[in-house]
Amino acid sequence: MQPFVKLEGLTVPLDRANVDTDAIIPKQFLKSIKRSGFGPNAFDEWRYLDHGEPGMDNSRRKLNPDFVLNQPRYQGASILLARENFGCGSSREHAPWALLDYGFRAIIAPSFADIFFNNCFKNGILPIMLDTAEVDQLFNEVQATPGYQLLVDLEQQVVVTPGGQSFPFEVDAFRKHCLLNGLDDIGLTLQKVDLIKAFEAKHKSSQPWLFN
Amino acid sequence: MAKTLYQKLFDSHVVHEENGTALLYIDRHLVHEVTSPQAFEGLKMSARKVWRVSSVLAVPDHNVPTTDRSQGIADPISRLQVETLDNNCAEFGVTEFKMNDARQGIVHVIGPEQGATLPGMTVVCGDSHTSTHGAFGALAHGIGTSEVEHVLATQCLVQKRSKSMQVLVEGKLGCGVTAKDIALAVIGRIGTAGGTGYAIEFAGSAIRSLTMEGRMTLCNMAIEAGARAGMVAVDDITINYIKGRPYAPKPEQWDAAVAYWRTLHSDEGAIFDAVVEVRAEDIQPQVTWGTSPEMVTSIDGRVPDPENESDPVKRGGIERALQYMGLEANTPIIQIRIDKVFIGSCTNSRIEDLRAAAAVAKGKHVAANVKLALVVPGSGLVKAQAEQEGLDRIFKEAGFEWREPGCSMCLAMNADRLEPGERCASTSNRNFEGRQGQGGRTHLVSPEMAAAAAVAGHFVDVRQIA
Ligand code: SF4
Repeated sequence: MQPFVKLEGLTVPLDRANVDTDAIIPKQFLKSIKRSGFGPNAFDEWRYLDHGEPGMDNSRRKLNPDFVLNQPRYQGASILLARENFGCGSSREHAPWALLDYGFRAIIAPSFADIFFNNCFKNGILPIMLDTAEVDQLFNEVQATPGYQLLVDLEQQVVVTPGGQSFPFEVDAFRKHCLLNGLDDIGLTLQKVDLIKAFEAKHKSSQPWLFN
Repeated sequence: MAKTLYQKLFDSHVVHEENGTALLYIDRHLVHEVTSPQAFEGLKMSARKVWRVSSVLAVPDHNVPTTDRSQGIADPISRLQVETLDNNCAEFGVTEFKMNDARQGIVHVIGPEQGATLPGMTVVCGDSHTSTHGAFGALAHGIGTSEVEHVLATQCLVQKRSKSMQVLVEGKLGCGVTAKDIALAVIGRIGTAGGTGYAIEFAGSAIRSLTMEGRMTLCNMAIEAGARAGMVAVDDITINYIKGRPYAPKPEQWDAAVAYWRTLHSDEGAIFDAVVEVRAEDIQPQVTWGTSPEMVTSIDGRVPDPENESDPVKRGGIERALQYMGLEANTPIIQIRIDKVFIGSCTNSRIEDLRAAAAVAKGKHVAANVKLALVVPGSGLVKAQAEQEGLDRIFKEAGFEWREPGCSMCLAMNADRLEPGERCASTSNRNFEGRQGQGGRTHLVSPEMAAAAAVAGHFVDVRQIA
């Protein structure tokens, strides 16, 4: 996993509440058995005017000019600004894979769905929760200011606006540590092999039917 | 100290806990073809083995055709995904019910059906509707693919504690009102993010009188309220359901198991972080009108008018939903005509669901404007049971199609889908844009209400046609 320390990036506003993972990556693309290559199909149904299927040459498809990600001023964005309950619905990790492959490394919203939130950290994406009022302000500023760039500093746990205003955010200490250092969870857990084995032995003696 | 059921389940699986982050031991790991290939690939790349093979049960369900399977899967990409599961299970020694196995079915139907889901277990699956298994007094939730790999490799999951919410449903459900209607009514009340950060325990006399099928429907939909887990305390109904199933405790283990299971309820005086109370008598049959499960009303209701919503984000959401759904504000729900009907999915494809739908369809016929009415049993065993009871004949005589088990038109990864603009009465769990096919319009209902809509050609109060 790529570490996440500091990010200064163009910000794109996606002004909808309850964006679900079916919308982030529609199911026909879940048939892939890989982790990469989902970026061109992120938000497929909103982004293109035709219906997308795996294997299509996406560069030849007609883009929906009304969809915010397609506007010229937001090309190259790496920070996604969103509304409440972002990433709800299906647990598909293809959603963060698609966002990452598209180029997003941070998502700012008033709230996130639980599984999606978790999946982001496993893939080097930082989901940031700010107050609704702060998010409203960012929406106003980004829409009013072409080329609007935010600075996300994970070490300091702040989002800094171009005007120099800082918004602090919370992040779990363990997740922060993993993200800052790009650490793989499995490797960390396997350092506790002895504890797992001891638990398993005890569990088996008290509930043997779980081990049939 | 008095504990909630959630706290008991969590505490009994903590391997290690530090700074609020726990390593939780996982008893049962269910696997399907869509969210596992990258996890097995990760294991191979790091030369890791599966920690405890006997904890894993795999089944292909999302991509499988619901029509004749003797020729295999026509779509090469779907076929590759199913074959990849077959190969991974063979390579790692994981038990798999393959596509043509009589026990194949939707992962959340076959787990309980086999007795592979037991009270007191931690159950995970790379699928958000894993919450279903909480109906057994288990701690069950969906995980992402990285976590699938983590559980395969370590038998553990890195978890933080959730808050506990109690949804208390007291009273007696009216005739024609089901667990699905409780779920939709609760989501309508608390919203699709209302349960975020919580594990929900459903309790109260109306829940205790539900069958296991009904409890599974309810816990299945907990995720649509934003909660990762839903659960119901163990009682005689739970225990009787499990007895005799293939993976149930052996006879010599049975009494000890039952004695332990009987402790799986929230203690008297346990404190919940939130309590939501609903009176069973107030719940009417529900129909969703929009593109999120919280956009729901009663069968005697109307499509809402965005003019009446003062919050601009919500108003925008209603306007967008009405446009997508092709609905006018203030239309009575009973005037909405449908093109297709889908009875199936891990929410409502168990034997009791099929019996209820068949009872409504019996001796009637699907309306002329309904192009397709599909019944897709949740598993091969449900299908066999239904056929033994003659339900298949009732459905076929009424003009329904009777199919092979799988996820089917719940998410339309196989050939079963809506065409753009088509409107569907569906017993599944998600009415998101494009969920049942691009441009498709989904209305979530109970099996009874779906069968009634099929016969009438539009939504109708099932209580008036029975
Ligand atoms: S039936 Fe639908 S919700 Fe259930 S596991 Fe299959 S796709 Fe997911």
